[in-house]
Amino acid sequence: MVAQESHEHAAPQGFIRKYVFSLDHKVIGLQYYFLALTAVFVGMVLSLLMRIHLVWPSATLPLFGDIKPETYLSLVTMHGTIMVFFVLTTAPQGGFGNYFLPIQIGAPDMAFPVLNMLSFWTTFVAFLVMVAAFFVVGGAPLHGWTGYAPLSALPSAGPGEGLGADLWITSIALFCVASLMGALNFLTTTLDLRARGMSMMRMPLTCWSWFITAILGLLAFGVLLSAGILLLMDRNLGTSFYVPLGTVNGQLTGHRGGSPLLWQHLFWFFGHPEVYIAILPGMGVASQVLSTFSRKPIFGYKAMVYAMLAIGLLGFMVWGHHMFMSGMSPYSAFAFSIMTMAIGVPSAIKTFNWLGTLHRGRIQFDSPMLFAIGFVSLFVSGGLSGPFLAQPTLDIPLHDTAFVPAHFHLIMGVAAIFGIFAATYYWFPKMFGRMMNERLGRIHFLFTLIGTYCIFMPMHYLGLAGQPRRYSQLTEVAYLHHLIPLNRFITYAAIITVTAQLVFLFNLFWSMFKGPKASDNPWRATTLEWTTATPPPHDNFAGRTPVVNHGPYEYSVPGAPRDYIMQTDPATVAAH
Amino acid sequence: MASFTPTVPMAPPRTSRDDRGRVPPVDGGGGGGREPGSGSPNYRTRLRRARLGLGVALVPILMLFVSFTSAYIVRRGLPTLDPSTNQLVHDWLPVQLPTLLFLLNTCVLVVSSLTLELARRQLQREAALEPVQSMGVSLGQERKIPWLAITIVLGFCFLAGQWMAWQTLQLQGFYVATAPSSSFIYLLTGCHALHLFGGILALLAAGVATLLHRPLDSRRIVVDVAAWYWHFMALLWIYILALLEVAR
Repeated sequence: MVAQESHEHAAPQGFIRKYVFSLDHKVIGLQYYFLALTAVFVGMVLSLLMRIHLVWPSATLPLFGDIKPETYLSLVTMHGTIMVFFVLTTAPQGGFGNYFLPIQIGAPDMAFPVLNMLSFWTTFVAFLVMVAAFFVVGGAPLHGWTGYAPLSALPSAGPGEGLGADLWITSIALFCVASLMGALNFLTTTLDLRARGMSMMRMPLTCWSWFITAILGLLAFGVLLSAGILLLMDRNLGTSFYVPLGTVNGQLTGHRGGSPLLWQHLFWFFGHPEVYIAILPGMGVASQVLSTFSRKPIFGYKAMVYAMLAIGLLGFMVWGHHMFMSGMSPYSAFAFSIMTMAIGVPSAIKTFNWLGTLHRGRIQFDSPMLFAIGFVSLFVSGGLSGPFLAQPTLDIPLHDTAFVPAHFHLIMGVAAIFGIFAATYYWFPKMFGRMMNERLGRIHFLFTLIGTYCIFMPMHYLGLAGQPRRYSQLTEVAYLHHLIPLNRFITYAAIITVTAQLVFLFNLFWSMFKGPKASDNPWRATTLEWTTATPPPHDNFAGRTPVVNHGPYEYSVPGAPRDYIMQTDPATVAAH
Repeated sequence: MASFTPTVPMAPPRTSRDDRGRVPPVDGGGGGGREPGSGSPNYRTRLRRARLGLGVALVPILMLFVSFTSAYIVRRGLPTLDPSTNQLVHDWLPVQLPTLLFLLNTCVLVVSSLTLELARRQLQREAALEPVQSMGVSLGQERKIPWLAITIVLGFCFLAGQWMAWQTLQLQGFYVATAPSSSFIYLLTGCHALHLFGGILALLAAGVATLLHRPLDSRRIVVDVAAWYWHFMALLWIYILALLEVAR
């Protein structure tokens, strides 16, 4: 077994070492993926409950019974937290990044396999702690995924703010530690384990996106961890970092002098890069898939890399645009506003490059391609409302309306999810050795694309008409009466879209066992994961060490024998 | 578009980027850096990888303390309302730091940094002499000073010193929640102590590996990386002390 000897750790025997506490980055990647899949269904059910409650406030819901206003707020909180952390951060980076980064750069595993395993299991525990918040006295916290103090800092502030909020913060802190371990592994692996010939500028854009995401995570999660430590101290040790002088239910809180804005600054210094942590891997996957299925090189590879770097850099300078409502100085608001709109430039570069890749390509509309095109569409639609909200004068009236959820759901929520779907359909053959059903994939795509547009486009109008966000019962409010039909429409669209996800689930699990066998390179793609067996052996390349001679997207190269040149294909005869 | 006729000699592909025909760089891990015949990467590769990993790991630790510092500066400047007089007052009580004790602790930590450096070099020397010794050449019993053990003891001394500093503060009536200034003192020193304790655990692991006669290379890597981490912790402590003294 040459293949296994040359690996840094031999292929494990036994169920526990092989599938539970595995050191293999591929198993860990799948563990992350299925964790995110579990989380996304929890989060989706919560959103459905919210949508149903918004239009039929008196309906009793399964599991929750009567929805009180505070129950609604805990639904908002848990939906947001679970989706942002355990889905959008976990699946694209932890899941696909873990599985494919080492293979795409030609490494046998991550740089630190034990750390990788620890990182997953810490995330797993964090998820359990988060979900446990539902089942403790008082229920889940009310403070939203942003956890604004002083609501989040005072156990007496609401029913979910006792043990529920402590569990929430603990879970976030654990998640920070896990993400930092993950980011450390990603960076070291990318910098040190690339195969011969795999220069940085020959890496697939997916690897670049995971690399930049890891840098963002490394810089951002430490700050969130520090904010969380201060919050836990305020809650449990009686300090006053965030809590000003004040009363709750007529009782003095015992705190004084703290600043709620301090939390907001620390949180959003993490929170804005977090948005890019969610979307950058989607950009990488979209680039990879668009190039493969247009049979064309990606348009402007270097520009794509620099644009992602620019987005990452600017992402650290714009956190204040979440705080225009906080009464900040107009001069800082102006600076944050300009920086925010500057992000439009690299984003536009990426969009034009994707369109340039599609232009005059021999486009094949397989499911991964459909979702990648959907990603670009949603990225544009969601992105266009960004410059609106980047301006303080427009943000102040719109900030607490449904306009903002409409904006961030389109660009950060659904676009990133489309990235995950594109990656799933694209890499499923490599991961499970079988093909997914194409017809079901298309049905899933159509319902999801149209469905999500039907949910989130009208939400912009709700916001412009003044419907506030975070409120549980709006059907009795006179000035919002005429919006009830639109709200019902959104809820129906949500129900249909959620139902369509069952098609995906069925397709996923059915194809895993019953799909037609996949060849090693079903999409005729160029990157290293398609040079190895399907599914890849324990050390990825069966003892070989790949040597890279080409860039990642050599499609339709004139003079080449096929319409694609794999990265490991020999350098041409003439070049010698 | 490629028109494919197998008999035509293949033209150099016009690639989309400028690295056409460039010789692949020879460095870079994955395949390279392995000793022929053996599975795991060689010592140099492993050391480089571990050092790189440590360098990356220091970034979030730095960010943690940068973020604490910014909170420190912001909180220090904030006035609060005094309900009895309805005036804005500052609740940042300057704390009388146990400066002498802190300076003593600083000395202990700096000395421990030096001894750990000596321990690191001792292991390097050991590794350099290993092939000679394995040939059966006796070099005489070199008197070996247990630098690693001394470092561990000094590390625990530092932690004990910090514990005494906390006791002193509490005797003066400064508890965690007394004033924001004291909250930050406990926060910064506590977080630093926790990080240093992580370093001690790594050194203990290296010590246990010595007792178990684990391969020298693995021990060298642990001690090397722990030494860099330890130096960083010493610098971080000096920074924290300066912050607490200057922005009192």
